[in-house]
Amino acid sequence: MTIAARRSSARYRWQRRARGFGLFVLLLLVLVYTLFPYYWAIVSSLRSGSALFSTSLVPSFDLTHYMALLQDPVFTGSIVNSLIVAGSTTLISLAVAVAAAYALGRLTFGGKKLMLMAILVVSIFPQIAVMSGMFELVRWFGLYNRIGSLILAYLIFTVPFTVWVLTSFMREFPRELEEAAIMDGCSHWRILTRVLLPLMGPALASTGLLAFILAWNEFLFALTFILSDENRTVPVAIGLISGNSRYEYPFGPVMAASIVVTLPLLALVLFFQRRIVSGLTAGAIKG
Amino acid sequence: MTPKPASGSLQRKEVFAAWIFLAPALIALLLVAFWPLARTFYFSFTNATLDDPSIYDFIGWLNFTEIARDAQWWRAVGNTVLFTIVSVVLETLLGLGIALLLNQALPGRGALRAAILIPWSIPVVVSAKIWEWMLHDQFGIINNLLIGLGLVEHGIAWTATPSLVLGVVIFIDVWITTPFMVLLILAGLQTIPEEIHEAALVDGVPSWKRFWSITLPMLRPAIGVAVLFRALDAMRMFDLSYILAGNNERTMTISIYARNQLISFQETGLGSAASTWVFFVIALVAVLIIGALRLDRSTTAGR
Amino acid sequence: MASVSLNQVSKSYGAVDIIRAVDLAIADGEFVVFVGPSGCGKSTLLRLIAGLVPVSSGDISIADEDMTEVPASKRGIAIVFQSYALYPHMTIARNIGFALETSGLGKPEIKAKVTDIARMLKIDHLLGRYPRQLSGGQRQRVAIGRALVRQPKVFLFDEPLSNLDTDLRAEMRVEIARLHEELGTTMVYVTHDQIEAMTLADRIVVLNEGRIEQIGTPQELYRQPANQFVAGFIGSPRMNFVAGALLGEKARGATTLGVRPEAIRLVPAEEAHVSGTLLRLEDLGHEHLAYVEIARDITWTVRLAAHPDRERGAMVGLGWAEEALYRFGTDGRAVA
Repeated sequence: MTIAARRSSARYRWQRRARGFGLFVLLLLVLVYTLFPYYWAIVSSLRSGSALFSTSLVPSFDLTHYMALLQDPVFTGSIVNSLIVAGSTTLISLAVAVAAAYALGRLTFGGKKLMLMAILVVSIFPQIAVMSGMFELVRWFGLYNRIGSLILAYLIFTVPFTVWVLTSFMREFPRELEEAAIMDGCSHWRILTRVLLPLMGPALASTGLLAFILAWNEFLFALTFILSDENRTVPVAIGLISGNSRYEYPFGPVMAASIVVTLPLLALVLFFQRRIVSGLTAGAIKG
Repeated sequence: MTPKPASGSLQRKEVFAAWIFLAPALIALLLVAFWPLARTFYFSFTNATLDDPSIYDFIGWLNFTEIARDAQWWRAVGNTVLFTIVSVVLETLLGLGIALLLNQALPGRGALRAAILIPWSIPVVVSAKIWEWMLHDQFGIINNLLIGLGLVEHGIAWTATPSLVLGVVIFIDVWITTPFMVLLILAGLQTIPEEIHEAALVDGVPSWKRFWSITLPMLRPAIGVAVLFRALDAMRMFDLSYILAGNNERTMTISIYARNQLISFQETGLGSAASTWVFFVIALVAVLIIGALRLDRSTTAGR
Repeated sequence: MASVSLNQVSKSYGAVDIIRAVDLAIADGEFVVFVGPSGCGKSTLLRLIAGLVPVSSGDISIADEDMTEVPASKRGIAIVFQSYALYPHMTIARNIGFALETSGLGKPEIKAKVTDIARMLKIDHLLGRYPRQLSGGQRQRVAIGRALVRQPKVFLFDEPLSNLDTDLRAEMRVEIARLHEELGTTMVYVTHDQIEAMTLADRIVVLNEGRIEQIGTPQELYRQPANQFVAGFIGSPRMNFVAGALLGEKARGATTLGVRPEAIRLVPAEEAHVSGTLLRLEDLGHEHLAYVEIARDITWTVRLAAHPDRERGAMVGLGWAEEALYRFGTDGRAVA
């Protein structure tokens, strides 16, 4: 009896360890799947000439492509354009969204549900469905082929997103916080700017970063509303890099450009990792 | 005692304040969303062209019927539907698997949780270019690996072989968007109390049944929402196909078709009609999925 | 029916020791309660017995079989959780019968068993409902029913009543006691509530910082606490302490002295062992609590049956029978 139990004990222990080991191997596989492509891009961006075709996994440090990129005014210009567009869109959206989120998250008024629905509906609008109307709008404002057109157009997805996420953050503050402020004689404006806003720093940072990423990565509007190279944003600039001939696509420079425009953003994303995840899921789960 | 002020006035003040606070967002959305959408609907009944959209005639439903007769449109619809179904199914399964893995107490799961954000946060252009390079027929590392393993003799031209290219688009899309699925499903998993798992464990419920009868039903709302978001996104997909294959008929989505009419052929009227189609197709899908979610909620809640 | 024994069981997470070399033997059919302050490891100890958490070292056996590595489902135990842990998407009937679905029993047998148990727990009218449609007390009964249906050898309870209000708590306490009498199954019960511990337990295990401070019947713990921690933990209001030096030769060399509030009487100054200022009186209806400052920053609680008829700020003398005085050495252990 005792011996049988002991033997089965060993089996159970073995089973548990085997399971743990199996899961760990699986985890490594998934890690390789998600990380390897980006790693390979880094490795490739650091190789020039025929070294690019090497299949060695060990990186070398040949900065040729990076130096060339930094001396290319069209590429550096596109980074500046993207920074201006994504930055402005983010700031405008946050300003507009904080006010709206206060109304939607903290105040009671008829039609609130309807407004929330309307904002949610906008977030499922396909970009192509507003394209011809947006084209007309951009021309009316005289923004065609200017980065201002993108700042305007990107509001269609950054505003609903930021309003939605910030509303769900706003709702989480205890009612008492506002009641205390009301007892102190605060107006709604003061409650928002002096009581709630200072508490929302982390929420604003993560929501803003997400909005920034959305704007930074956008392709369709950027491809359509900008004609000349010097006004392009980063994604289109990378998309339009071409080689001397059809058969000689410059993968080295493209990889280098890809790394340059993603590495700073990735650093931020990894730094704000936890908050990003809660911002993303707050928007979706509570919807 | 002074008469009590009507509580209505306080309430009215709050309502007024609410609309003031909402106004900027509402104005922005009316300007950049509802107005352009209405104009798109409007243009779809005209023969306007892009170079001077102020000169046009109303031509009724002609644009819509012309598109409905265009074989290329139906190819685009077919591609989009196929792409949406296959990629969303794969992403959901893979996302569920990775989320379950990440929910285990394992060494290294923090690293994976961070790493998973990378494919999601880099631009689609960059992902497309990276994979294009990795799948390169002569120098791509994937072909090198396959040759090295003796699985193929010559490198496969993944993006240039017509029968493979939609598969490649789906494969890359799965890589890009699975993280989003993982995060949503993981958030759903974390709302299931630990004690529920422990109860099932103590009760001797076998692991497949724990998954099938407890975890999965409790995850259904989270998976439903994630599928909704992803399906709507996949239906309107533009950039990945466009970057990888341009106007290739095999991968043309309805968004690419509509943009071609609108921008490349300068046909504002026709393009608007195609865009309107896209809008209603997506609205239909949204209504169907949301309806299914509602139905699911009301039946499983057992009222 | 089964005994449970722990031999040098330890659990640590990294460098943090949660349970430190615990030895414990629970007899067949015994009702044992784990008590201790929050973070003392009592819930972890329960989970170690259940097999939900693997031990770091030591052995656990149930019914004389080594269970140290055996998974939770094969230990023949059942747990009632603090949050009840009912499956929210299943009816009450399915919740109770779920564990049987994979046991090879047919549907009619499962249904019969579920109905029997539901009747015994007076929840048979709720079988078609969902957990969220039930009150806290009803959910608790379902959780117990789910544990009962598997006819476990050992029943584990993890603070099962802490989410209930006072009335229901008393009712469920009686219910659990009745269950133990009827079934005679070994039960291990974790709580932070002294009343639950004192009323339900055959023996109480007092835990502190992952170690057992004392094991004994409720009366033993109350009358002969092994050390100052147990003396202070068991009994409400808690025992009054004072440094031995303050009482002179009465201390008989003890570092710390203790007297329970209910053992103290108000006495004239000449008979008083100590005296102090009456700071505050609380009238609880059936009794009065007096707070007396016997020295700077040392306030004692005195439990009185009747109003003492003294003003706030008055000097009062406190006296007690010699056998009511507890003495503790430098290491906190009780000394004679």
